[in-house]
Amino acid sequence: MLKSVRKTLVMLKECFSMSLSNILGNRVRSFLTVLGILIGVAAVIALITTVSGFSGTLSSSFMSMGAGTLSVSVTGSDLKSGMTADDLKEISEMDEVEGITPNVSLRSRVSRGGNYETNVSVSGKNAYYFYRDAELVQRGRAVHPTDEENSTFVCLITQEMMETFFYGVDPVGETLYIDGTPFRVIGILSDADSDSILSLLSGGSDIVIPYTTALKMNNENVVTSFTVYLAEGEDSENASAALEEKMDAMFSFEEDCFTVTTMSGIEDTMESMLSMVSTLLAGIASIALVVGGIGIMNMMLTTVTERTMEIGLKKALGAIPWQIQIQFLIESFLLSVIGGLLGIAVGLILSFALCQVMGMTFTFSLSAIALGVGFSAAVGILFGWAPARKASRLNPIDALRAM
Amino acid sequence: MSDETLLEMRGINKFYPMGEEMAHILKDIDLTVKKGEYLSVLGPSGSGKSTLMNIIGCLDTATSGTYTLAGREINELTEGELAAIRSMEVGFVFQNSQLLPRLSARKNVELPLIYAGVPPRERRRRAREMLEKVGLSDRMDHYPNQLSGGQQQRVAIARAMVGNPSLLLADEPTGALDQKTGRQVMALFQELNREGHTIVMITHDPNIAAYARRCVHIIDGELTEGGDRENA
Repeated sequence: MLKSVRKTLVMLKECFSMSLSNILGNRVRSFLTVLGILIGVAAVIALITTVSGFSGTLSSSFMSMGAGTLSVSVTGSDLKSGMTADDLKEISEMDEVEGITPNVSLRSRVSRGGNYETNVSVSGKNAYYFYRDAELVQRGRAVHPTDEENSTFVCLITQEMMETFFYGVDPVGETLYIDGTPFRVIGILSDADSDSILSLLSGGSDIVIPYTTALKMNNENVVTSFTVYLAEGEDSENASAALEEKMDAMFSFEEDCFTVTTMSGIEDTMESMLSMVSTLLAGIASIALVVGGIGIMNMMLTTVTERTMEIGLKKALGAIPWQIQIQFLIESFLLSVIGGLLGIAVGLILSFALCQVMGMTFTFSLSAIALGVGFSAAVGILFGWAPARKASRLNPIDALRAM
Repeated sequence: MSDETLLEMRGINKFYPMGEEMAHILKDIDLTVKKGEYLSVLGPSGSGKSTLMNIIGCLDTATSGTYTLAGREINELTEGELAAIRSMEVGFVFQNSQLLPRLSARKNVELPLIYAGVPPRERRRRAREMLEKVGLSDRMDHYPNQLSGGQQQRVAIARAMVGNPSLLLADEPTGALDQKTGRQVMALFQELNREGHTIVMITHDPNIAAYARRCVHIIDGELTEGGDRENA
């Protein structure tokens, strides 16, 4: 038993070295054959690595902005169309909650002097919104609680607005007309990240005013959208359950009056979308792998025909069918694994370059490499099987007659 | 030469499908070869001598009749068992030496030992010994295209003999050689025979057949004894 295992190992080693010398002896042809696998594996790896880099970048920005927040949107019932100031106060006093910010948004015509712009995004926020993140205000002052209480006509504007309406003038203390109502500019918003994907998601606005003022301008007295900031260490799932319970009571347990969205929920959705996209792309790329496999099969079939005499000779010298089969199988396996390794190298270089260009973090994904090697080995064995079998079944007499 | 029988054929028939009909290639062949004999099978092309060689070499099996080689019934063996018999008992020498071009002379000689599962060190030793014996000790690491036709044929003979088979089976061993190198190869065969190796040589050339100690003729699939030259 042990002896036959040893014999087999000796034989396999010889097969490897003979296959390698066959592959290297036909360098150009081997390279062209391997090219299909190379491209397939490189494409799969580049796609997976790039997409995972993208999702890593995305989720880290989600973390920086969204961990520990809930966003609530209220559709209301017939009896109660939205949240009153008292409701909001009650929610902000919950144990799980550190604070809340109502979001009241409007689209307005903004003008000053002869300049005007329509469809400017104006949003109403509260003092807490600014208190929470001191860096929001670049210059001037934030919205104060007194502004909230008295619905004062004050606003903060972005750099872009400043350039549009106050070219060469310090805007702080100046007046800006929003839908015809004079507002006093009290500060400039910092525009960090204003061009990132996330500012689009978070609904970056050009002008911020106290939310009570915004409600008045909308002729409303209830808030229909707000963000809840959770107290430190609160789990967003628990907090969202507590919040839902509280709001259910506020809306007299009528159904479908509001939805609570957790940021991690959004992130999950995002990630599952991304993984779907990456699976789809990898699926498309693996078509290249199949094509590459067919290339290998074709080359192996040609090789079997070319080496009919060699096969016949080996059989005459005492090679049994499976020894012939294993030799050809090893050859196609080696071919495609060589292709796979080259493909991994090319794929990693490609995705590194892509990540650099797109400003994403490059993550060296072991699973992508395992996938590449596994895929190419599988392709080699799968597509090498038929030619190897054909070789092993050649009748030695016919094979020798070909000489 | 001993009286021990190495191979024995009784009533061997071989049919091949040729289109609609079955061609009768070998007709009731009886042949006995004793250990240490040097037999030539002489016949023109199409006489069935290649088919006879294939059956003797266990590359093919007969349609009917019994064939015993080295004490084993060949008729009912599977392909794998036939391969094992070839590996153990038969050394082939072909017309065009048939060396693998990508392997050195020594590696070519090692080939049968690889399939027999001989460990590398012993393989190398035996291949080297065999090449020395055929007079190619200075050509071990040459590739076939760096060797002359006669040298290639001697590598092929070394390859056939390296497994120490009980039968050396040669198919037109001088067919691709000029007369002088052909004579050298024949001299090598005679030397091997003197050492006790059994040789069966298939040829269409009476001059080559004459090197053997016993000659049989095959014409249209029928075998006739050509006489034992020693006894004649």
